[in-house]
Parts: sequence; C-alpha cells; structure tokens
Amino acid sequence: MDQEKVIICKNLTKRFGDFTAVNEISFDITKGEIFGFLGANGAGKTTAMRILCGLSFPTSGEATVAGYDVYKQQEQIKKNIGYMSQKFSLYENLTILENIEFFGGVYGLERKEIKRRTEKLIDTLGLQKEAKKMVGELPLGWKQKLAFSVAIFHQPKIVFLDEPTGGVDPVTRRQFWDMIYEAAASGITIFVTTHYMDEAEYCNRISVMVDGKVEALDSPRNLKEKHQVTTMDEVFYLLARGAKRSDN
Amino acid sequence: MKQLLVFIKKEFYHVFRDRRTLLIMFGLPIVQIILFGFALSSEVKNIHLVIADYSKDVKSQKLINKIMTSEYLLVEQVNLNYQEIEQEFKRGEVKGALIIPVNFSSDLLHSGKSQIQVITDGSDPNISKTITNYLTAIIVDFQQQEALSDQVPALLSIQPEVRMLFNEEGNGSLNFIPGVMALILMIICTALTSVSVVKEKEMGTMEVLLVSPFKPVFVLIAKAIPYLLLSLANFTLILLLAVFVLDVEVRGSLLLLYLESTLFIITCLSLGLLISNVTNSQQTALLISLMGMMLPTLIFTGFIMPLENMPKIFQVISNFIPSRWYYLAVKSVMLKGLGFSYVWKETLVLTGMTVGLLSIALKKFKVRL
Repeated sequence: MDQEKVIICKNLTKRFGDFTAVNEISFDITKGEIFGFLGANGAGKTTAMRILCGLSFPTSGEATVAGYDVYKQQEQIKKNIGYMSQKFSLYENLTILENIEFFGGVYGLERKEIKRRTEKLIDTLGLQKEAKKMVGELPLGWKQKLAFSVAIFHQPKIVFLDEPTGGVDPVTRRQFWDMIYEAAASGITIFVTTHYMDEAEYCNRISVMVDGKVEALDSPRNLKEKHQVTTMDEVFYLLARGAKRSDN
Repeated sequence: MKQLLVFIKKEFYHVFRDRRTLLIMFGLPIVQIILFGFALSSEVKNIHLVIADYSKDVKSQKLINKIMTSEYLLVEQVNLNYQEIEQEFKRGEVKGALIIPVNFSSDLLHSGKSQIQVITDGSDPNISKTITNYLTAIIVDFQQQEALSDQVPALLSIQPEVRMLFNEEGNGSLNFIPGVMALILMIICTALTSVSVVKEKEMGTMEVLLVSPFKPVFVLIAKAIPYLLLSLANFTLILLLAVFVLDVEVRGSLLLLYLESTLFIITCLSLGLLISNVTNSQQTALLISLMGMMLPTLIFTGFIMPLENMPKIFQVISNFIPSRWYYLAVKSVMLKGLGFSYVWKETLVLTGMTVGLLSIALKKFKVRL
C-alpha cells in the first residue's frame, strides 16, 4: 500500500461561541485505510465529520481532504467523497435502477458510464430480479448494502460512513463489512463512525474522541495492549468514562 | 444543468408514484370548481313564494303571470289569509309572500297609485333582500308595460337601466373562479413543495444531497421546478373547467394571465420552501401550509366575503396575503379584459413578496448533517 495521505488534520478546531466542539484534533489517514472514528455521543465526532465533508468551516487549524483544503475547496472535496448515514438514504419510491441513476447523475457521471457501472453493480450484488423493484420493498439489510454501493458508485477517494450498520442484524453487518474491506482493497479510504465495538476491531486504525479531543489513536491491537485489556469495549470505556460532556 | 434535469426527473417520479399527492393535485380543483360553481352558488333560484290575490282581475292576473315566468321564484298561487300565510312562514318552506289588495286595479286606474304588500322571511336576510329586489324589479317592469299599453300614468318617469359591467348575464361563477384559482394554487404549491422538501429531511436523503457536489441552492430550484410545471398544468385545468363547464369567458390576454399565474405560483413556491426550511416534520409543514394558508386565503382574498365590509385592521392585514393581489390581477385580466397597465401594481407587489420570501428561504436553508 502506498503511503499517500488522503486526509490530513492539523490542530483542527471548531468553536460555537464559548463551546469548543472540536479541540485541536490532528491525524493523518492513508489511502485505502479503514479508519474508525469513535467517541461517545456529543464528543464532537459529527462536527469533525461535517468539516471533513465540506459542510462547515473550522474555526482554526488545517485540514485537507483528498488533497483539497477544507477552507477553500469544499466543492472539490464534495466531488471526491461519498457519504452514507445511519438513516437510510435512498429513495423508497424509486426503483433500484432509478436510485442508482439519480445519484450517479447528481455526481455528474455520464449516462453511458452510469449504465455500464449499474450493470456491473447489479451483477455483483445479485439483484437482477429486484432491479426494477421499489427500494421500499427491500429488506433493511439489502437497503444498507445498496446504500453503501451507491455511496461509492462514483468511485470517490474517501467514503464517510456515519454509523452505517445501525439497526442491522449481525449477519448482514458481517456482509456489510466484507463490502467495506473490498472497497478499501480497491483503494477507497473508509472513514467510519460506529458504536459497535466489535466493528471497531475490524478497522485498521481507530481514534477515540473524548470531549472534543482525540484521546487515543492507534490500531485496535496496540490500543488494547497499551491499556492492558482484551477488548475494544474496555478500551473505549476506560477512555470515555472521563468525559464531562454527554449527549445534549 | 444535467444534474438539475436528473433531479427534476426524480421529483416527477415521486409525484406520479404518490397517488395521494396526485389526487390532491388534480382532484382538488375539480371538487372546488364543482362546489363553488354549483353548490355554493351565491345567486338564489327557485324561492318559494305565495301570492294572495284579493283583487282577482285582469291586471292582477297579468302581474302574477309576469312573476310566474321568473326562473328565480317558484310561485305557489294560493289564496291564503293572513293567519295562514304566517303559518306558512313558520313552517319555513315559503320564503316570501305577495299580497295584492282588493282594490288594486281600481286604485291604479283611478288615482294612479296602488299598494302591494311584500312579506319576506327575515330570518334569512340574504334571501329576503333577493326576493325584494326581484319583486321590485318585476313590478317596476310591469308598470312600464302598463303605462305603454293603457292610460295608466307611469309613476316613474326615470327608468333605471341597470347593467352589470363585465358580467352582463349575471353569471355567478365569474367572481369565484379567480378566487378558486388563488386558493388552489396557494394550497398545492405551498403544501406540496414544503412537504416534499421536509420529506427528504425525514428520510435522511437530504444529508446525502448536501454532501454531494450538487449545490444546495440547486436542491431548492430542483424541488420548485416540477411543482411549478405541475401547478401550471393545474391552472390550465381550472381554466378549462371554468370555460367549458361554467361558461366563463376569458376576456383578457391569455399570455398575461399565464404570466401573472406563474408569478403567483413562484410566490407560493417560495412560501412553501420557506416553510419547509423552518420545519422538520411533514406533519408540521402540512399543518402550517394548510391551516396557516388556507384560512387567510379564504378570508382575506375577498372572493367569499367582500374586503370592503371588513374592519379596517383586517383590510390592512389582507395586504400581506399574496392571494389577494393575485385575485385582483386575475379578475382584471380574465374578467375585465384589462392589460398590463392595469395590473402593474399587483404584479409589483407579488414580485416584491416573492423576492422577500425567497431570500428568507435561502437564508434559512441550513446546510447541515
């Protein structure tokens, strides 16, 4: 794996009045890495992610995403990232094909290119029979997998996954992670937030945010060794219990 | 631009797959037109009237015949006495009574003066007034004829010749057509637009759109354009219904009518977008746009209750209701056949409102996860 840095954060800070949501966080993410972004509710994960997605400006510090500056090149950033959230994010009353066509179109792909990639995707997912069904008729697990496929349909450099497996059964979650690995292997960087600690174990590296700061940043194995515990669950508990902020 | 087209296509899928929306969109105008055109007619027809003719001669008979030819009055010519007439009124079927006294004809012949009594059911002031007006008109007419044919002197040497300008036939549909147009466009544009934006928020698809390179402002435009087109189709439907079902004639320029309507639709869309940007659930959006818009539109537009009769404060408030201005413009163009020089003020007010609403909507449009 080459060591190209796709996300670089240096002392990134975001303040809302007196409240410092994100407090001087710094990290680098390498191409093709699966980066777990953990933290209790209210720790500042969402705010940090918003900045990296080009939706809000930091107060101070520096950051580049896919080589583009978060202050000046938000448009460029948006073109190079994919996004999927816990809330299911495809249109229920459009068919699978129409959804793919729409999101492909929003990202400005050529019609021919959309068609070519769609065929391949439908093939890979084995959805030939369902392709013309409304997305609303699919089971949740399928929807999530489809949503992920749509999020990386335009072949972004980075895909941001905001608690992508919320409410999904363990088997589907496992399959979902297989898809994530596949995407990572093809060179897409994965930036994922989750509350499932077993999922955290799947990540290459993990950062744990507490009260707006990155308290820990390392591979799951190193983190466990460092804190002399056997599971990520315990690591997270040790770090996050000192938090003064909670869900507001 | 291509992205915008993709988006608009998607919006059309949404609309055409949602039967409820479609029903509201195209059912509403039909129902409203039928309701206002036939059921809620402000003209009164077939009023039950009794006539007590004590005179019983050629003259009184002539008058009665004349009254009987009126399509507005349903004459039950029964010779009742006063007590019986009172009973009839109490039962409620009969709304008016005409009593011709014994010496009606002789008085008329000899002194040129004669009295006739008209009694109406005052518990229904509107109908009362209508009956009085109808009967007075018929009697005046009768006098004129008599004056010509006989030597009876005409009491009135000045004949009022009444003309209802812009509506010579007294077609009651005329007045409410622009009102229904305003009402329907207001409801459909505002409610459907606001719901469609809020729906994206609820479904979580808005987040994805905001993270995409699609410009946030384009989201609003892409949402507005399909509804603009659908509203224009709707407007056409109302217009066709008005012309072919209710015999309303479009006197002014069709182009100007469409331009004014497009402007008003944009005003409503802006309002809808504004509502959707400050609410987070479909219910709230729908409630605000239906309750908050429908009632003011009904009351302050002036097509159901004349604005002139309202207290000053309400008249002032009515100036802030977009539909009021649209109603005035449509009335001028469609019914009076006036040109742009007569509706520039309304156009200006609507444009101002649109710009205002749209800029607030854009400002309130939150780009957030």
